[in-house]
Amino acid sequence: MKFIYQTWWKVAAVLVILYTLIAGFLFGVPTLPILHETIRNTYFHVPMWIAMFTVFTISVIYSIKYLNSGKEEYDLIAVECANTGTFFYVLGLITGMLWAKYTWGAFWSNDPKQNSAAIAFLLYCAYAVLRNSIDEEQKRAKISAIYNIFAFPIMVVLIMILPRMTDSLHPGNGGNPAFGKLDMDNRMRIVLYPAFIAWAFIAIWIASLRYRIRLIEYKRNEIN
Amino acid sequence: MQLINQTWDLLKKEIVLEWRSKYAFNGVLLYVVSTVFICYISFNLNPGFAGSKSYPIVWNVLFWIIILFAAVNAIAKSFMQEGKGRLLYYYSIASPQAIILSKTIYNIMLMSLLSVLALLVYAVFFVNTVADSWYYFLTVLLGSISFSTVFTMISAIASKAGNNGTLMAILSFPVIIPVILLLIRLSKNAMDGIQRSLSYGNIGVLLAINVIVIATALLLFPFLWRD
Repeated sequence: MKFIYQTWWKVAAVLVILYTLIAGFLFGVPTLPILHETIRNTYFHVPMWIAMFTVFTISVIYSIKYLNSGKEEYDLIAVECANTGTFFYVLGLITGMLWAKYTWGAFWSNDPKQNSAAIAFLLYCAYAVLRNSIDEEQKRAKISAIYNIFAFPIMVVLIMILPRMTDSLHPGNGGNPAFGKLDMDNRMRIVLYPAFIAWAFIAIWIASLRYRIRLIEYKRNEIN
Repeated sequence: MQLINQTWDLLKKEIVLEWRSKYAFNGVLLYVVSTVFICYISFNLNPGFAGSKSYPIVWNVLFWIIILFAAVNAIAKSFMQEGKGRLLYYYSIASPQAIILSKTIYNIMLMSLLSVLALLVYAVFFVNTVADSWYYFLTVLLGSISFSTVFTMISAIASKAGNNGTLMAILSFPVIIPVILLLIRLSKNAMDGIQRSLSYGNIGVLLAINVIVIATALLLFPFLWRD
């Protein structure tokens, strides 16, 4: 049986997320100036981006597969993964903004990390618009696959590389510590790393459900 | 090498075609000059602008915005003006890589020429405050190369998706924003006359983006042109 139809990993992901919710709010965290208890946001903010990267990567892989084979299913997987990724993108932006309100003082403070995240978000909005602009199914699948592959490395440059080159307030950028010995200890790691994996699998689950709905629609519309 | 020969022949063809009509070049040049002139008139409605403190910042940013829109206009045409029959003919005689490479090189040449001319016109109208002129010039060349590589690929995608200008803008702006941010930062350093070695990191990232874009274009264009 194919992996996405199996149940055990979905149950496991939900249980692990329940664990990170409880542990994330109750377990001890290092007391640091400025951050204080907001450091717990790490458990919810960073996993959103991990989930987003996971489904976007799957989307690019299936876009490449689509270009090689021309199978319609691959295009459906690619588009639903991209949609799910965009959803987690919004969640990541919102959780980041809420945290920024309490530590940096404003929801949006013109920080390079925030700005490039917003720009990269436009990339995936453009992907959605591009899909809507083409009527013919195969042409749409092909061109959006090409744009998807083209956009992914640009998104990585925007989110991961450019903010590191300038002074950003974001942890891990501009010489700020993150995941280092300074601000994180093993009490946090036993919550954070399971959260990464579990949220990534939740994203895959959502994407696979949406893909299955699409597949049913696609098969219904087929002319036999 | 067959690829180089084909690219060279297609490039010659692009240049000859342009030389005969001079449509793209003259059109965009006129576009740039009119935009510069409009900006000149509009900004000088406020007396004392040229002496104000924020003048160098506006000088720099305005120049790049003018070049950005000129580039969109110049390069959007590169695939749209080709008829379906002519495209089919190219594909029967040349490899797709040669087509996208020749278009990119041609656009780089066109944009470099245009942006250098635009810089001259711009410097005539707006009082020049650049400290390190050669470095600024180099930034402008780098900028025209980056704009050309990105917009050529995007215009190939947009031309397949119904040839409309809105799509070109939507698809290209998220990709071009990091490039233009780097360019503005670089050229501001050149303007302030900051030591050149401090900008090498930015130049490296800019070149890396170009390499990524050209590599993905070479890989993806063969899938794009087949209909």
